[in-house]
Amino acid sequence: MSTSASVQRLPRAAHIGRVTQLRVVLSEWTKLHSLRSTRWSLFAGIFLTIAFPILFAALTSSHWGTMSAHERADRHPLDIALAGVNVSQLAIAVLGVLVITGEYSTGMIRATFTAVPKRLPVLWAKTAVFGVVSFLLMLPPVLIAFFASQAILSRHHILQISFSHPGVARSVIGGAVYLMLVGIFALGIGAIVRNTAGGIATFAAIFFVIPPLMNILPTSWNNAISQYLPSEAGRQIFSLTHGAHSLAPWPGGLLFVGYCALTLAIAAVLLVRRDT
Amino acid sequence: MIEARGLTKDYGDKRAVDGLTFSVRPGVVTGFLGPNGSGKSTTMRLILGLDAPTDGNVTVNGKRYRDHEAPLHEVGSLLEARSVHTGRSAYNHLLSLAQTHGISRTRVDELIDLVGLREVAKQRAGKFSLGMGQRLGIAAALLGDPSTVMLDEPVNGLDPEGIHWMRSLLKGLAAEGRTVFVSSHLMSEMSLTADHLIVIGRGRKIADTSTSEFLSAASGNVVRLRSPQADELRRLLVAPDVTVDVIEPGYLEVHGLTAVQIGDVAAANRIALHELTPRQASLEEAFMDLTREEIEFKAAELEPEKAVA
Repeated sequence: MSTSASVQRLPRAAHIGRVTQLRVVLSEWTKLHSLRSTRWSLFAGIFLTIAFPILFAALTSSHWGTMSAHERADRHPLDIALAGVNVSQLAIAVLGVLVITGEYSTGMIRATFTAVPKRLPVLWAKTAVFGVVSFLLMLPPVLIAFFASQAILSRHHILQISFSHPGVARSVIGGAVYLMLVGIFALGIGAIVRNTAGGIATFAAIFFVIPPLMNILPTSWNNAISQYLPSEAGRQIFSLTHGAHSLAPWPGGLLFVGYCALTLAIAAVLLVRRDT
Repeated sequence: MIEARGLTKDYGDKRAVDGLTFSVRPGVVTGFLGPNGSGKSTTMRLILGLDAPTDGNVTVNGKRYRDHEAPLHEVGSLLEARSVHTGRSAYNHLLSLAQTHGISRTRVDELIDLVGLREVAKQRAGKFSLGMGQRLGIAAALLGDPSTVMLDEPVNGLDPEGIHWMRSLLKGLAAEGRTVFVSSHLMSEMSLTADHLIVIGRGRKIADTSTSEFLSAASGNVVRLRSPQADELRRLLVAPDVTVDVIEPGYLEVHGLTAVQIGDVAAANRIALHELTPRQASLEEAFMDLTREEIEFKAAELEPEKAVA
């Protein structure tokens, strides 16, 4: 084989280090913020978290005169302030699933696992980066939603509640914590299912399909089981009041954290074992 | 240096790679040749630990790929299947890979220039043509200044200028003392770049030899001749291990004798020769000969499936 005259030279690299968890975190941060789908999902999450409480507060305020006493008693200012969390959780969950399934659908996962063949650092880094980013980006919206809805409802004395009232700050900040955990749970589901449509469907089944089905069960069963479902347990983090058949905020929150940990643990085992 | 020992991979009840043992040495370009579906890509995934072998093992520079502290510095790889997020720019794709090894942005820029993607570096990789995608893959492979470079069908989708660029790049990398392992289903491409060949079919190793030896061994002794007394010469040449085909009246193809032997027979019998041409089979033909059995096997397997459909 004759050697070509115009041989390409590969410049030597100045520095190549070993793979560390911190470096993988940095890489995952680059991956997260360099995609349009991330920006759109997070924007949707922020918008929905703020827009719904403002809309509900405005509607409540304008219809207050025509409401019955019973109907008025049913309104709770914190339910209004955090109404957006129930909606934006879908945007955050979709992004959580996409963070990992987007790599499988495009083939990026092969590049990722070639750079980090031990694989687990990738799962931990994705979880950490997405968790921190979603919490930091969702915290201002829940605070804005609380104070904005309170401002709109300022004419109605019984709908006023102080941020320093016991449990209020915990519920409002809890809204951002809940969204972060929903995202992490969805990420774990995505890593297990490895398919965007399947991941979103699985998440929707666990959060939106199974809970209403519980109502078909005998009431005693429903009361006994429902409170331990991921969505019900997680909801307690941002609920001010707790019924007889729901967990208190801390046990509920910790149970939801447990579900996230379990999902990630299953994902971790599968991630190491499965072929790519 | 890549060393595979008894490497085997089953997908369900299909055996994709069957007891492969080979080593790929530094300083030369080693071609990894086989028909489509013969197990080349699977072997490469096994080398990178993307898939786990059913049996056997493979090491790179003495260790399993996964056990290296800086894997991108050991092996730079380009897989046949695209491995890029379509929504991310070429620059950010390379940066995200570089960051796992603490490789600088300067190095990322250097590679973008090397593969000629400067002008499109900020564009989403999903918009790239096949050729641009290959160049991006090459940049990713070379990011870590790897001692072993492993490329799966690297000239796929490249234009003639790109193919020339790729050939000189591969030779340059080998000349620098790196291990270069390149797969292809095109024999002709390998004959221009590879010094050594590992040929597989249906997951099994068929040949492991230098390119020139492979060529001469596979071509055997085929000589074409033209003679006004072709019929007479034919009778004289035919023997148990010699076959003579009549291509057209007065034009013969002899298998099993060298041009020298034929010329001597003709001279001894005072037969005039107007042409005597030893034919070297092209690498393509040699490759086809070697893998024919494997391909026929496959065609036979396809029949029942057709019947079902």
